[in-house]
Amino acid sequence: MPSSVRMTVNGKAVSGTVEPRTLLVQFLREHLGLTGTHVGCDTSQCGACVVHVDGVSVKSCTMLAVQAEGAKVTTIEGLANGGLHPMQAAFHEHHGLQCGFCTPGMIMSAIDLVKHNSDPSEQEIREWLEGNICRCTGYHNIVKSIKAGAAAMRGATK
Amino acid sequence: MSETGIGAAVRRKEDFRFLTGQGTYTDDINRPGQLHAVILRSPHAHAAIRGIDTAAAAAAAGVVAVFTAKDMAADGVGGLPCGWQIHSKDGSPMIEPPHPALATDRVRHVGDPVAVVIAETKAQAREAAELIAVDYQPLPAVASAAEAQKPGAPQLFDAAPGNLCFDWHLGDKAQADAAFARAAHVAKLDIVNNRLIPNAMEPRAAIGEYDKATGEYTLYTTSQNPHVIRLLMGAFVLHIPEHKLRVVAPDVGGGFGSKIYHYAEEAIVTWAAGKVRRPVKWTADRSESFMSDAHGRDHATHAELALDKDGKFLGLKVSTIANMGGYLSTFAPAIPTYLYATLLAGTYTTPVIYCEVKAIFTNTVPVDAYRGAGRPEATYILERLVDTAAREMRIDPAELRRRNFIPKDAYPYQTPVALQYDSGDYFTTLDKALAAADYAGFARRRDEAARRGKLRGIGLATYIEACGIAPSAVAGSLGARAGLYEAAEIRVHPTGSVTVFTGSHSHGQGHETTFAQLVADRLGIPIENVEVSHGDTDKIPFGMGTYGSRSLAVGGSAIVKALDKVVAKGRKIAAHLLEAAEADIQFKDGKYVVEGTDRAKSFGEVALTAYVPHNYPIEELEPGLDESAFYDPKNFTFPSGAHVAEVEIDRDTGIVELVNFTACDDFGRIINPLIVEGQVHGGLVQGIGQALLENCVYDPEGQLLTGSYMDYCMPRASDVPSFAVSTNTTLCTHNPLGVKGCGEAGAIGAPAAVMNAVLDALSPLGIRHLDMPASPERVWRAIQQHSLAQAAE
Repeated sequence: MPSSVRMTVNGKAVSGTVEPRTLLVQFLREHLGLTGTHVGCDTSQCGACVVHVDGVSVKSCTMLAVQAEGAKVTTIEGLANGGLHPMQAAFHEHHGLQCGFCTPGMIMSAIDLVKHNSDPSEQEIREWLEGNICRCTGYHNIVKSIKAGAAAMRGATK
Repeated sequence: MSETGIGAAVRRKEDFRFLTGQGTYTDDINRPGQLHAVILRSPHAHAAIRGIDTAAAAAAAGVVAVFTAKDMAADGVGGLPCGWQIHSKDGSPMIEPPHPALATDRVRHVGDPVAVVIAETKAQAREAAELIAVDYQPLPAVASAAEAQKPGAPQLFDAAPGNLCFDWHLGDKAQADAAFARAAHVAKLDIVNNRLIPNAMEPRAAIGEYDKATGEYTLYTTSQNPHVIRLLMGAFVLHIPEHKLRVVAPDVGGGFGSKIYHYAEEAIVTWAAGKVRRPVKWTADRSESFMSDAHGRDHATHAELALDKDGKFLGLKVSTIANMGGYLSTFAPAIPTYLYATLLAGTYTTPVIYCEVKAIFTNTVPVDAYRGAGRPEATYILERLVDTAAREMRIDPAELRRRNFIPKDAYPYQTPVALQYDSGDYFTTLDKALAAADYAGFARRRDEAARRGKLRGIGLATYIEACGIAPSAVAGSLGARAGLYEAAEIRVHPTGSVTVFTGSHSHGQGHETTFAQLVADRLGIPIENVEVSHGDTDKIPFGMGTYGSRSLAVGGSAIVKALDKVVAKGRKIAAHLLEAAEADIQFKDGKYVVEGTDRAKSFGEVALTAYVPHNYPIEELEPGLDESAFYDPKNFTFPSGAHVAEVEIDRDTGIVELVNFTACDDFGRIINPLIVEGQVHGGLVQGIGQALLENCVYDPEGQLLTGSYMDYCMPRASDVPSFAVSTNTTLCTHNPLGVKGCGEAGAIGAPAAVMNAVLDALSPLGIRHLDMPASPERVWRAIQQHSLAQAAE
């Protein structure tokens, strides 16, 4: 039986009627047209679908839309208003993306890391990215980007 | 060097849309009235289809149509074609069995498409697909090529006795035998090149659309080469003429070869859209990708290297069984032949080489090109053999390589396996890599690791690639059923900005930036005034697409040719405006200058004049400034490099830790070093993944055991270190930019370097050989067996 669901996505109140089995990522992509959040697997391994739910990084393929009832959701589209978030800018500067498919998940995950650990070491970054797979970059420039993004975020919050 | 021209580390123009979630991948596209397709796939590796009952599915909620092979046959839909024909030793053509888009009377691998359900929603299509009753009669199956060629093995096709597709060879066997008769030492290996699953992060997807008003079809697809798909699908499968078929490959999330081929799903959605008169979308689940994207590698090889007493290579003999899978994928026959055996000279002067290859059908997903495609397989054999010989003859591996490198003054160098190398300097490349890796200081690091109880090893690999595929006439003589040029159009707009239309396709490589740099550099205009367009057969004149590290060497050269024409026409316009002789006009830094004067017209002024031809040599020259070019390469390009891996192995767990990786590569002229380094990093991790983590496993009955990310070990960030990469440049001598290509290098050099390091670390235990991947279990077992053997002695 269809259920109605309400949440705040990227600062806007949204609602919709979904099947109970509808995943959060399906709601974002198919109901709201926010196609920046990607689906790269069906076993919750790849991390292309990471968004923030109430400020915490979540794989949106592993959460039902109805579970996000009343939550504040941020997707890659909502990180910056027209410009680039410092983490997005760092990925650009350090060539931390190639095909771009894993990138939204990487960036959403990286920002959550910096919230937990404002100055992560290379090893800490690599371990944090356990749930995000990239096939293009070999991770080298992603790690560099996140280090630089963390530094920029520290500067921005000072 | 300008800040945006050739050689500058320009930040990518395409990044903004990807960073902000505004890329347009195929699955992001939704067409008005769109339906969803779900493909029912075979759960059996091998079975006869006795009947398919689709009635319940057709009656299910939301279902618009259910189609099987019968429906496609009734419309005269053809099978998927193969684009390369190999001839066997005896001159007979390869066996080319039919490859229907939907299986007709037999399925030949797990994942073989059997039926398609088209419904209002994907969930409805999926539910209905479960209602289709297929009456399968399971047949004996075989997954290993070595097993499939044996007498009594299950047979896939009546037309292919012994499951043999072709039995091919290159080189002179008698000469090779003679060389081996003179050898002081022969190094031998039986070696497996493990089957890999490409796993671009974007799963394949396709949307077919039919316009009732015009009779035109459109296919949106995750492709590396939309024109090739239009040609193959239009001409051979659906019989739609090119002018009624548009193929769009929008943003594509990685390819690595797996998105070159024409796949069944592309034909199914396009044909079905015509049947149901509504757009039809299909997007693979990852588990579908595992059992339907073409796989890579899967060779079993016996190889021998003959050396004289000083370690000089006298001859090489290689015998390979290549697994083709259940059908021939688009370019499959070329991979274990002309992209493999021709690379067996590597960086060395080996005077005689003989290679024979048996290509075998098995009940597995078809195998085709995957990053490197034949060249990693050749490099792996050669470099493992060289290290084996070095160890057996007690010669330093770097020294043994130097003794056999092609001399710096020997170019152009004709190898015994058909290729002619135009340029290279393997000595300097190796020296730079060894210096950066502190090869000389390794013994100290090994001793320090030993004090911590770790086994430390160092391994080298040098490699040569043949990229920039390929001179069309040469490719044609080797069996290609296509030309392998590239096309470009440079459209200068009236106000002087430029759109580049390229037949190359970017799926992560950064063409929108690199190609814009070529234009900014040549025309002297700001890079912001250049837009690069690709991936749409309605916009791009023609194209053969992106694979084999060919985009810059072939696609870039086409752009340069078209730019030359633009500059030349502009010179005529400038000569008219400046009332000077054409020969007296130089084009430099964006200006046409009358030599020896300060009289000049900017490129923008000339462009405007071309479109507002009031004062114009209209009798001699057409208005407009829009030029196109096709570039057919004169030869392959030959990137090369030296890679050094250093590993530490834990004796108790068998875990291999890659502690350092150093690469020095020769890619010819570098247009954007930032992008080149990124390409190397990515290739390295795919190569390291093959050596340490990744392995496609079928059970003996042909069930795919590694069918998800839970089972197939993708490299993660914590599996690899940061890399030390550098370049040593010799220019390509036969293309206008002097470029060679960098896309596959990492995946070619890394597997051999890593495995040589692993075996160096294990050599004190007497372990001489391990097959990839050197997983903890395999390494631990090898350590245990050799420890037991030593204890027993």
